[in-house]
Parts: sequence; structure tokens; C-alpha cells
Amino acid sequence: MADLIIDDYVVLDLDQPDRNAATAVLASRLAADGRVTDLDGFLADVRKREEQMSTGLPGGIGIPHARSAHVTAPTLAFGRSANGVDYGAEDGPAHLIFLIAAPEGGDDAHLKILAALARRLMRAEFRQSLLDAEKPSDVVDIVNREVVNA
Amino acid sequence: MKLVAVTSCPTGIAHTYMAAEALEIAAKAAGHEIQVETQGAAGSTPLSAETIAEADAVIFAADVEVRDRARFAGKPLVTRSVKKAISDGPAIVEEAVTAANSWVGSRTGTPGAILTTKVEDGAGFGTRLRQWLMTGVSYMIPFVAAGGILIALGFMFGGDQVVTKLYGGVWHGHTYVGVAGNLPLGFPAKASFDTLIAQAGYAGLLFAIGKIAFFMLVPILAGFIAFAIADRPGLVPGIVGGLICGIIGAGFLGGIIAGLAAGGIAYWLAHLKVPRAFKSIMPVVVIPLVATLIVGLFMILVVGKPIASATEHLTSWLNGLSGSNAILLGIILGLMMAFDMGGPVNKVAYTFGVASLTTGNTTIMAAVMAAGMTPPLGLALATVIRRNLFTEVERDAGDAAWLLGASFITEGAIPFAAGDPLRVIPSIMAGSAVTGALSMAFNCTLRAPHGGIWVIGLVGKPALYLLAIAVGTAVTAVAVIALKSMRTVAGHKIVDLEPAHV
Repeated sequence: MADLIIDDYVVLDLDQPDRNAATAVLASRLAADGRVTDLDGFLADVRKREEQMSTGLPGGIGIPHARSAHVTAPTLAFGRSANGVDYGAEDGPAHLIFLIAAPEGGDDAHLKILAALARRLMRAEFRQSLLDAEKPSDVVDIVNREVVNA
Repeated sequence: MKLVAVTSCPTGIAHTYMAAEALEIAAKAAGHEIQVETQGAAGSTPLSAETIAEADAVIFAADVEVRDRARFAGKPLVTRSVKKAISDGPAIVEEAVTAANSWVGSRTGTPGAILTTKVEDGAGFGTRLRQWLMTGVSYMIPFVAAGGILIALGFMFGGDQVVTKLYGGVWHGHTYVGVAGNLPLGFPAKASFDTLIAQAGYAGLLFAIGKIAFFMLVPILAGFIAFAIADRPGLVPGIVGGLICGIIGAGFLGGIIAGLAAGGIAYWLAHLKVPRAFKSIMPVVVIPLVATLIVGLFMILVVGKPIASATEHLTSWLNGLSGSNAILLGIILGLMMAFDMGGPVNKVAYTFGVASLTTGNTTIMAAVMAAGMTPPLGLALATVIRRNLFTEVERDAGDAAWLLGASFITEGAIPFAAGDPLRVIPSIMAGSAVTGALSMAFNCTLRAPHGGIWVIGLVGKPALYLLAIAVGTAVTAVAVIALKSMRTVAGHKIVDLEPAHV
């Protein structure tokens, strides 16, 4: 099974204040590694989802996501922004941004991992550990420990 | 307090699960029990009927239509957006508790029964087609068993004359006026269940109730094939299409056509993009209405007329064969009896047999009945010899098929044929052809047009007659086992080839 997240998909110093720009930075990491085959097409899918209902959540979280034909394997990119990115949440900008890329078909095992990730996001200690992470590999370790191998 | 919740969102990969987690955390913190059904992309495990029955209140945290919401009917319900559940789970749990406390109706409610299909997502078309058919079959089997056994009991207690007493005719010099008419549809003038019992007794009543159950075979088959394809919106067009099959005499093959057509049309209508204002009335009004109209017209105009003219041609062709070689005639009648089990071809052969009785030829009726007994018997035998080739519902149907076959109720084979027509129909045709030919060759005779083993006293050369039936039964069992074993091998091949297509 392809790794859900690797060091390259983690950006700890996002400074784009705009959600589309921030999402694009994360998505380009996936495109560079071949997880996303068509960057513009994928971003269009994410924007379409965002238009249905903004993906900002209380507690400083943004979860731009899409099931897209341009995605080769279920993948998570993570961004952290000190100043915050506005994802439309009522209580302010997002400091933790999770870009979830799921392929159109998507087999069950992968989708279950994404479901487990979504559930973990609701837990304050999980969010805090990501805020405290010092380097990309810390984030990868946390996700693998809490979500993939949980 | 016990709560249940359903969460769902448009993409089904994030909010659905976050909302579930939020509700679980909030309920636990407030000291309540909660079970959440996540209708998301990772598949969902439906809440059990018991869990729903025990729940004090229901929460829908959903931005898309909750599937099978009828299960929750009669319960206090709180409906909020999925995002509200994520941002403020405790408030929603509190609302649910308030709703439960102020609920005036029965707390336990009556949850809607859950109808399920056997169709997996993402299977190939061939697999799905088989799963659609098997869904229809699994709902039809209880009707076959209940109706068939009631009819058999009618013969056991009433003898073969029970049919004459019900539908009219002459038996042992006494002329009976028909009191059952075309019963499932209606009685003849002045007749009712009272006149029916007066003339045909309680044996006649058993027979009549069995016939009514049998009238639902094809509608249930068609309805649940359509249900498997299109969910609830498919039920009405499927069942109505199946009822029309009964009226135009299209048999279970017609029912399969009606079910597939109804399911396809309902599915297509359900996936049309419609204005938001129409969305809520689509599943209840628009889809059943339009799909039923289309399927009804299709069955009457496109399927019904050709069947009527084909029946006519087949009848005159068969009459032309009357004087020819007796064994050949036995083979042809056997093939026809088994082909569609109660459908138009079967009816032509059966009617030919009954008509020949009035001309004093009793060998043809003997061949027709014997050939109509072997399909259920052969399949029942096959389920005993090689159980693993059959699904669990088919094995259950096999147990009932012994009695149905012995009673000349050919419909007992329909569950097998409807689930796997291309292998089962040739097998039962082979067995019936052999039995028909042997019965003619042995010159067996029969003076009653029905009754199966219960009228063996009216059969001339009964030992040879039973031998003919036994041989055909064995032929069918061997043939169906051989064909189904080949499928298993071919199935593996298909699996091996699949990566090449990707």
C-alpha cells in the first residue's frame, strides 16, 4: 500500500493567506511526486468541493479535499500556517491544513484510513501534537502512529 | 439515554467521519450511549434493527439524503447539517435528548423493515446481473414454497378433482360450474369464497390460496430485481411490470425482462439532474409514476403482442405434429414444458396435453405431466448431490422442490432458473425431453391433467412411468451439476484476466 503521507508532503511554514494559494502549494507537492497527475484539474476538483461547502472547521482546521480522477493513490498533504489561512470557518483562520486527495474509485482499505484520519481530527490532543511537531518527519510519524497503524 | 445517528456528506471522506466522532464524543461526555452509521465512501455498516428499535432518539447529521431513512420512522428525530455536528456536537446531542423527553408517541416506535439486496458495489456487469437476479429470487422463494406446498396439500386432500371443482368441467360424469374464475384477479359472477368452499371444500380453499400466492411469484421476482438495481424507486415499476406478465402470460422470463427494464429506467430517472425543487418528490412520486408508465407500456405493447402471436403459431405448429412420431412428440413437449415453467411455451404444451385428453388420447397428457415434474425434482437432487454449487437460498428452495416436483408444480424450478437461466434452463429441458420421450416410448397413459404423484392411481403402467421420471430427474441433475462446475472454472479464468483489462 502506498504511504498515505511522506516528509515531502509536509509544509510546516505555509505563508499564503489565501486558501486557493495554500491548497495549490500542498497540491504541487503531490503533483511533483506523481500522486496527482494533473495539478490544475485536481485543484479545480478541490475548488468545486470547496464551493459546495467551505471546508474550514472550528479549532483552526482546514480540510480541502476531493475525490478526483487526477489522483493515483489516497494521499494526505499537511500544511501548518502560523498566521492562518481562511478556509471559511466561523471561528477564524485555519492553522492546520489537511489536503486529502482520494482517487475516483478508491479501494476500501485506503478510504478507511481517510475515515480514521477524519475522526482523529476531532481530538484536541491529536491537533495539539501536530501544532507541536518540530520537523516534517514528526508529522509523518504522528499520522502513521495515530491513523495508519491505529 | 440511547441515541442513534447517521452522518453523511457530499464527498463522503471527511465530514461524515468527523461528525460521527464529534457526536460520539459529545454523547459520551453527556453520559449517553450512541451508535453512529457513517454513510461515507469507506462503506457503512447499517445500524441493526434492534439498535434502532432501542434508540430513544435519532440524529441525522447529513448534507445529502440519508439512505433508507424509513428505518427510523416513528422516532424523535433531530436533523442538522454535518458541519453543525462537527462544530457543536454537544448542542445536537442535547436537542436529541430534549426531543426524546418531549416525545408523545410510542418510544419504541415501529422501525421500517430493512430490505436488503445482495449487490456489491464495483462488481463487473456479469456479476451484478447475477446479483440482481439472485436478489429477486431470494424474495420470490418463500412465495414458491408457500404457494406450491398449499397447492400440493390441495391435491393431497382433494384429489385431482379439486381443480375441476374449482375451475369447472366434467369429472366422473358430474358437470361442475367454475367457481374460482381467474381467482387472483377475481371470482366469476355470483361466486365467492363461500361458493368456493361449498363446491370444492377446504382442499379447494388450500389450492386457491396457493394459486393466489403463486400469482405473486413473477411480480415479486420482477419487483426485487428492479429493487436490486434501483433501490426503492424500482419496486413499483418492477412489481407492476411483473403483474402485467401474469396477465399477458409472459411467465418468469417476461418477469426478468420486466424487472431489468423497471430497474434500469428507475435507476436512470434517479440519476437525472433535476431542479432542487423537484428533488424531494422524485423518489415518491415522479420516478414510480414515470417508470411504471414506461414499463407498463413496454410490457403490453412490445412484449405482450409478440407473445400472443408466438403462442398462436406454436399451438398450430404443435397441432400439425399430432400424427407424427410419438417419441419425437414426447421430446418436443418435454423441451417446451421445461423451457419457461408456466410461461407461454409451457402453457402451449400443457394446453395441448389437456386438449388431447378430450380426444381420448391419454399418452400425451402422461408425457406432459412427467416432463413437468422432472425440473424441480432434478434440481432438488442436484442440491443434495453437490450442495456447494448452490447458494443457501437455492438449497432451501431445493428442499421444497421435492414436494413441488412430485406434485407437478413445475414452478418449483423457477428460483433456480431465474438466478442462472443459461445453465439451468438447458439442463431441465434435457431432463424433461428424456422423460417425455420415455413416457411416450413406454406408452404410459394418464387420465387427469394435473396432480403429480397424487394421481399415480390414474396412470397406466405406473412403474414405467416412475422410471421415466427418475431417468429425466437424473439427467437434469447431472447436466446442471456439469454446467455449474464449468462456471466455477470459467469464473477463475475471468478473475485471472481482469488485471489485463485495467
